[in-house]
Amino acid sequence: MPNNDALRLYKTAHIDKALDDPNVAHLTISHDKVISSQSLPGLNVIPKEIKDGVDIKIVLEEGVVIKNPVHMCFGMLKQEGVQRIILDIDIKPKASIFVIAHCIFPDAVKVQHLMNGKIKVGEHASYTYLEKHIHADSGGVEVVPKARVMLSDYARFKTDFELLQGRVGKIEIDYETICLAHSVMEMTAKINGSGDDVIKINESALLEGEGARGVLTSRVALRQNARAEVFNKIIATAPFTRGHVDCKEIVQDKAIASATPIVEVRDPKAHVTHEAAIGSVDSKQLQTLMSRGLSEEEAVALIIQGLLS
Amino acid sequence: MSVLTLKNISLTLSDKKILHNVNLEFLPGKIHALVGPNGAGKSSLAFTIMGLEGYRKFEGDIIFKGESLKDKSIDQRAKLGITLAWQEPARYEGLTISSFLEAAYSPEKGFKPEEALLKSGLAPDLYLKRAVDKTLSGGERKKVELASILAMMPQVVLLDEPDSGIDIESLERIFDAIKILKKRGSTVILITHSLKVLEHAEDAFLLCCGHLMEKGSGHSMCRYFKGKCMPCDHQNMPEADDAK
Repeated sequence: MPNNDALRLYKTAHIDKALDDPNVAHLTISHDKVISSQSLPGLNVIPKEIKDGVDIKIVLEEGVVIKNPVHMCFGMLKQEGVQRIILDIDIKPKASIFVIAHCIFPDAVKVQHLMNGKIKVGEHASYTYLEKHIHADSGGVEVVPKARVMLSDYARFKTDFELLQGRVGKIEIDYETICLAHSVMEMTAKINGSGDDVIKINESALLEGEGARGVLTSRVALRQNARAEVFNKIIATAPFTRGHVDCKEIVQDKAIASATPIVEVRDPKAHVTHEAAIGSVDSKQLQTLMSRGLSEEEAVALIIQGLLS
Repeated sequence: MSVLTLKNISLTLSDKKILHNVNLEFLPGKIHALVGPNGAGKSSLAFTIMGLEGYRKFEGDIIFKGESLKDKSIDQRAKLGITLAWQEPARYEGLTISSFLEAAYSPEKGFKPEEALLKSGLAPDLYLKRAVDKTLSGGERKKVELASILAMMPQVVLLDEPDSGIDIESLERIFDAIKILKKRGSTVILITHSLKVLEHAEDAFLLCCGHLMEKGSGHSMCRYFKGKCMPCDHQNMPEADDAK
């Protein structure tokens, strides 16, 4: 029976019913304590409590396909403190898994959530990772997720980072991926900033195997005095590699946004593109919705909701 | 008794006079057409009626059901019962067709989003969850635009070039939707330079170089447009005073 902390985390993340299913694996960490876990055959999850956090080793055995999403709940119900998560993930060849990480800080006044991940995706394996943050409205959270990802030949890696509920506070994403032959990488970050939030996204991919493909996508909406800096970088060094960097930022009020897409090609048969758009809401989009009777505020909210959906 | 009256509308954009003392009356429940060659000022007139950005400073007045629209914002005009469908409708990343139609939906007057979509020629189960983005073809996007108008069911609809980018079969769907709007009592104003679209209008007004040149039934204006306007030397030569 989960304790009160676990129940509150599950309810906030809307996963209380999903976790009743014995075929759904999960791991729940409240601050630096493992409070609940359930595994499945072929999926080995070994958490070890450390000072201010948990060190987790995850191994998905060769050929194992986990059908249901695996839920990882990293929460902190205290108002102050540090949560350090160390993740070492090894997806063996031909295995497949979809992990949803719920990072929940509903009462944070001064909380640091530090994540350091090392991820290896084996040949013909697939790893999909969705990280959803739910923060307090105070803006008192600092999130620093770092990951180093290695994709073997024909591996697939897809990650979505969402911070759409509550105030961002301060966030500094730092993801680096190396893609070997014919592997596919997609990294997307969607963040809604307000107040004096500070957002830094630093994502890079090295397409070093023949036929490797990668897309880095950032969608950021800013208002009031929020600031965002997005650095997206793709380097292609092998033939037939394909990459694309796509950044869109909507800025309102006194917010400030910048985007620095870097594309580098070191092979004449590689092809990398980029697009970046920063500014106010598109005038035609806005006026179309207003001509259907929405106020300017309602129209802007709907456009941003779409962009971050 | 007109539902919408334009009184001496003159519009200047970037020191260039686009509309010259245009006087027009649009009747309730009728299909009107604003016809004329490229650069005649048709879309500018529609944008002025809707109150779009850049088209708010004009001379004259626009009266809708006895009330001046001069100081009204776009959404205020929409709430009163006027809307506009663009020639090239906007696209929205991530916004579903369902949400787009819900935003326009008026439960008292309009069709429910599924029904509106169906009447515009798109299957709801295939389209409602799709985004109003670049994955839709130009024709599909136009149909979604029309569906949002059927969901809103305004009193006055300005349709800017409803046939552009549309195949023949889809065009028939669009004409069907226009008939539905009329049947429900909406006034439809078609902005067009297409004779095929003009044929569906009951009344038509010919604009050239920002001047109202002629008024008449849709059929008579078709003949006039074919016979006198098409070979006109003033096409793409917007020297307004010469056009008179």
